Amino acid sequence: MNVIDIEALSLTFETGDGPVQALSNIDLKIAKGDFVSFIGPSGCGKTTLLRVIADLEQPTGGSISVNGTTPELARLDRAYGYVFQAPALYPWRTIARNVALPLEIMGLTRAQQEERIARNLELVNLTGFEKKYPWQLSGGMQQRASIARALAVEPDLLLMDEPFGALDEIVRDHLNEQLLQLWAKTKKTVVFVTHSIPEAVYLSTKIVVMSPRPGRIHDIVESDLPRGPRPLDIRETPEFLKLAQRVRDGLRAGHSYDD
Amino acid sequence: MNKPSFLRESVVPVLTVLAVLVAFWYVAALFMNHSMVIAEAELKGLAFTPTETWLRSWALDKPLLPAPHQVVAELWKSTAGLSITSKRSLVYHGWVTLSATLLGFLLGTLLGILLAIGIVHQKVMDKSLMPWIIASQTVPILAVAPMLIVVLNAIGISGLLPKALISTYLSFFPVAVGMVKGLRSPEAIHLDLMRTYNADDFKVFTKLRWPASVPFLFASLKVGIAISLIGAIVGELPTGAVAGLGARLLSGSYYGQTIQIWAALFAAAFLAGLLVLVVGWSERFVMHLMGARPERRAG
Repeated sequence: MNVIDIEALSLTFETGDGPVQALSNIDLKIAKGDFVSFIGPSGCGKTTLLRVIADLEQPTGGSISVNGTTPELARLDRAYGYVFQAPALYPWRTIARNVALPLEIMGLTRAQQEERIARNLELVNLTGFEKKYPWQLSGGMQQRASIARALAVEPDLLLMDEPFGALDEIVRDHLNEQLLQLWAKTKKTVVFVTHSIPEAVYLSTKIVVMSPRPGRIHDIVESDLPRGPRPLDIRETPEFLKLAQRVRDGLRAGHSYDD
Repeated sequence: MNKPSFLRESVVPVLTVLAVLVAFWYVAALFMNHSMVIAEAELKGLAFTPTETWLRSWALDKPLLPAPHQVVAELWKSTAGLSITSKRSLVYHGWVTLSATLLGFLLGTLLGILLAIGIVHQKVMDKSLMPWIIASQTVPILAVAPMLIVVLNAIGISGLLPKALISTYLSFFPVAVGMVKGLRSPEAIHLDLMRTYNADDFKVFTKLRWPASVPFLFASLKVGIAISLIGAIVGELPTGAVAGLGARLLSGSYYGQTIQIWAALFAAAFLAGLLVLVVGWSERFVMHLMGARPERRAG
């Protein structure tokens, strides 16, 4: 069964300068356990598409199902965890209490909360930082804490919107490696937005290449790299470079140079 | 490298400014009062030397502008020199004003917060209330206060509450405006996060909007407490000047007791400074509890 099933989806924003077509005729199926990346230049609608899946934006045409139901019911059912571009931790809460935030809202008991906090902080290697406040952590650690917070809901689906975009490359490599290990361990379905070709190819089982004006899918690249944890130096292999080349060509062909 | 010295960096600049102000004040007192001294000399047929004129300008019973040492002496006499139950003690009058201030401040803060919560959550309240809230502060409080006191007296409410209500009238405004801004301060990303958790308005309020608004609340409270004191003093003026710092100001002006007026003014200023300081301390304490990054001292 497909976790996400999108058919002929479109979304038009009404702006002061007239309608803007953010998404046009999107067809996409994401199977359980996939790691799917949306890649494309700014304005191609990759974040908007992720937000449609999360029921943070409403499509104006076509159909979409998440977990076999509507995005809204999936959201009300807390079927996904969402990781934003910024860590979005609440500064007045410790790391442990930030992870506990969704659990408090779900009405879990204190004991259940403690158990999930400990387990998910361990998953992102933040054990021992429970009592720290966000400002006491580096940017990479803050983003890991926000991933632990998304995982604490125990969703099958993890939606990640350029989570490592603001981090330097060394930290980013490290977190990419950890994310793959996490994905292999938890067997979740991940939808990941990025504008980095190496990041998309390294992480994904399926790469969705998007192009702007109007936002649409230009190419869907199935990765033949091995599933599960991949060593970072896989990025030097001919198979990796071939995939990266195909994604790069897709981005170039889809990009309009008229502006 | 020298360690920054508290004495050199904080005490010396403050004392320097104080010394300049005091010197300026003495000169001003001289100019304001010396014609009174000359008139007195002519009346009594005396001839003062310039030095005598100077010294007498700083020692008149009812000067136009009392010299600093006269005000300090009056402050000392009417605080430390009298029993605090005495009707002439500034401690007694200060307490009368303070109690009205605190009651009014408390009510004003509650009213301001409640209004802000309503305005943030109900579009109708935003549209209908905000213009009235702003209009309320354009009415001169000196005009409203006597009427409010007379009306409340007529329905049997007198004493502390009418004065406190004038403080409330003034202090709810900065709290309401600041809290509307504070409750709306969470970023879109923080609100989106709550939406992904399927959190209702109440949870969004308790877990996000309220904690996010705390720094705004304290900024408003600092304005609110000072303005509450002004409200209480203004409220004491039309009550017949029985008790309170406002009453001291009024009775001082009835009898031309300028030294008494200035002493009461300084007592009020001191009280206001103390109240703002207390709010500032509570702010630091609360922000510390909320895990805020310690402020780095400049320098």
